[in-house]
Amino acid sequence: MRLAASDVILVGVEGLRSRPARALLSALGVAIGIATMVAVVGISASSRADLLDQLDRLGTGLLRVAPGDTVFGGAARLPKTATRMVRAVEAVESVASTGLTGVPAYRTGHIPQARTAGLLVQAATADLLGTLKTPLRRGLWLNAATERQRAVVLGGLAAGRLGAGPGDQVWIGGQWWTVVGVLDNSTLAPEIDRSVLIGFPAAERYLAFDGHPTTIYTRAADEHVVGVRDVLARTVSPEHPEEVKVSRPSDALAARAAATDAFTGVLLGVGAVALLVGGVGVANTMVISVLERRREIGLRRALGATRGQVRTQFLTESLLLSCLGGAAGAGCGAAVTLGFAVWRDLHAVIPLWALGGGLAATLLVGAVAGIFPAMRAARLPPTLALATA
Amino acid sequence: MIELIGAEKTYPGGVRALRGVDLRVAAGELVAIVGPSGSGKSTMLHLIGTLDRPSAGTVRIAGHDVAGLDDAGLAELRARHIGFVFQSFHLSEHLSALGNVADGLLYAGVRRGERTRRAAEALRRVGLGHRLDHRPGQLSGGEKQRVAVARAIVGEPALLLADEPTGNLDSAAGAEVLAILRRLHGDGTTVAVITHDNEVAAAAPRRIRLRDGRIV
Ligand SMILES: Nc1ncnc2c1ncn2[C@@H]1O[C@H](COP(=O)(O)OP(=O)(O)O)[C@@H](O)[C@H]1O
Ligand SMILES: [Mg+2]
Repeated sequence: MRLAASDVILVGVEGLRSRPARALLSALGVAIGIATMVAVVGISASSRADLLDQLDRLGTGLLRVAPGDTVFGGAARLPKTATRMVRAVEAVESVASTGLTGVPAYRTGHIPQARTAGLLVQAATADLLGTLKTPLRRGLWLNAATERQRAVVLGGLAAGRLGAGPGDQVWIGGQWWTVVGVLDNSTLAPEIDRSVLIGFPAAERYLAFDGHPTTIYTRAADEHVVGVRDVLARTVSPEHPEEVKVSRPSDALAARAAATDAFTGVLLGVGAVALLVGGVGVANTMVISVLERRREIGLRRALGATRGQVRTQFLTESLLLSCLGGAAGAGCGAAVTLGFAVWRDLHAVIPLWALGGGLAATLLVGAVAGIFPAMRAARLPPTLALATA
Repeated sequence: MIELIGAEKTYPGGVRALRGVDLRVAAGELVAIVGPSGSGKSTMLHLIGTLDRPSAGTVRIAGHDVAGLDDAGLAELRARHIGFVFQSFHLSEHLSALGNVADGLLYAGVRRGERTRRAAEALRRVGLGHRLDHRPGQLSGGEKQRVAVARAIVGEPALLLADEPTGNLDSAAGAEVLAILRRLHGDGTTVAVITHDNEVAAAAPRRIRLRDGRIV
């Protein structure tokens, strides 16, 4: 005589309800394991999706050229002609350069010299924003007129540090300069975030800047970027190509996206250990439960339960316990992911495979933890079970 | 209804609890099983109730030879034809009287709503129609045993087995329980009851006396 599925569940729930505190505590163990795993996967998937999204948006075609060290150990300089030479390279789509002036910027003239707030005043060419794909947050970018005047555009971080926006004045090289624009974050060139940007002509005229670029940014189509990278050093400095450092800023993003995988692996392991401990807790609860409920087992046998039905009952309890924990854990893990996404301004991504995997792990834990206690319960002779009065 | 032929039971460890018992109980009989402690009364009742198998000999219950049935077959026999009442009630503290009695039908393939309906009816039959929602903790000993009797008879078994059902009760409560058993016997149920109470035994139409695993 088979029991209806609803009766199997009902009897299982009844068994757990008779010792609610113990049931909750052992479910908690599974919950912690599943929550850890879902949160780890969710957080890393969200960060990864965001990084890949940025990569998609910013492309992988940007190359950054900077002077390295000379063979004598001194700092190399890029030739003034470098920008023009790069522009001539085949497959290059755009080129921009910046030059460090070495002059600090202040909000007022009264701030002591030491407090430069780590801001770089840099000369920049007109096509910098297009090459970096850095959006303008407010105001205007430098144009043919303002690059000759005492006009500045602030990087996102620099604007915050100086507390200045379009229309404000900043103090550079003993003179007031007018802020005309503020940039958004420059993901591929974080140094721009900390920069106070002015035109090359203005830098040379007001700050005695020597006109040598210190960084060249160039963008090629994604499929040509490797070829362009190979010729850049020789193009920029035909005599001393070894003194030129060429890098691909998107590599860092890609590396971070890849690193989330390794990180996820380690933390998933931690979650798995937590789940294992939770499973041991469930098994322990079930073993004790079988020992304590010998009379109930005997009674059920007297009422007509088969061995299989007793086994099913305890296995059901074990599965219910772990599923209770698994559901709570998946909920908590999803909530943590959501919280993280809100905090870091990302789209929350909880992969279906993580939830499916969590469910499978939960069922596996419940089954493995429950099978041996359930078999023991089924093997108990009914007379012995009833004899323990 | 009950037929034991040369039934033996030797427990692991070598205790010979039953030594060749022959017994026939016809349908509708009420028998009292008496004998000193350790004489094998419970062991015999367990064999009759198919909770255990004999070490040797034949046990036939309601026409079924126990040796010919597997675990599922025996379970079905218990679910459909046999009701048990134990000295220590064996009620679930977490269920109401109604829930405890309804569980008596759980393994007989009766649907939930029907189980509850028949459980209420069985409780009324033992005079507890007003205690349906009480938990065992809220009932007296006599009431608990009546709940256990209701659970045993809710499936309307042909055979009711009781192992010292009044052993934990005062005489008034015990008398009530015995009156219920006698009424069931009057309705046609075969009843076998183990008892220490000489008065109860004397009142039964038939007595089976055990000593050292033999019927005397
Ligand atoms: N499960 C068991 N294992 C071993 N010996 C048992 C077991 N159950 C009962 N016995 C022994 O079998 C004998 C008969 O026991 P029992 O049938 O319970 O007697 P009664 O019910 O008449 O007091 C006793 O000696 C008892 O110790
Ligand atoms: Mg006994």
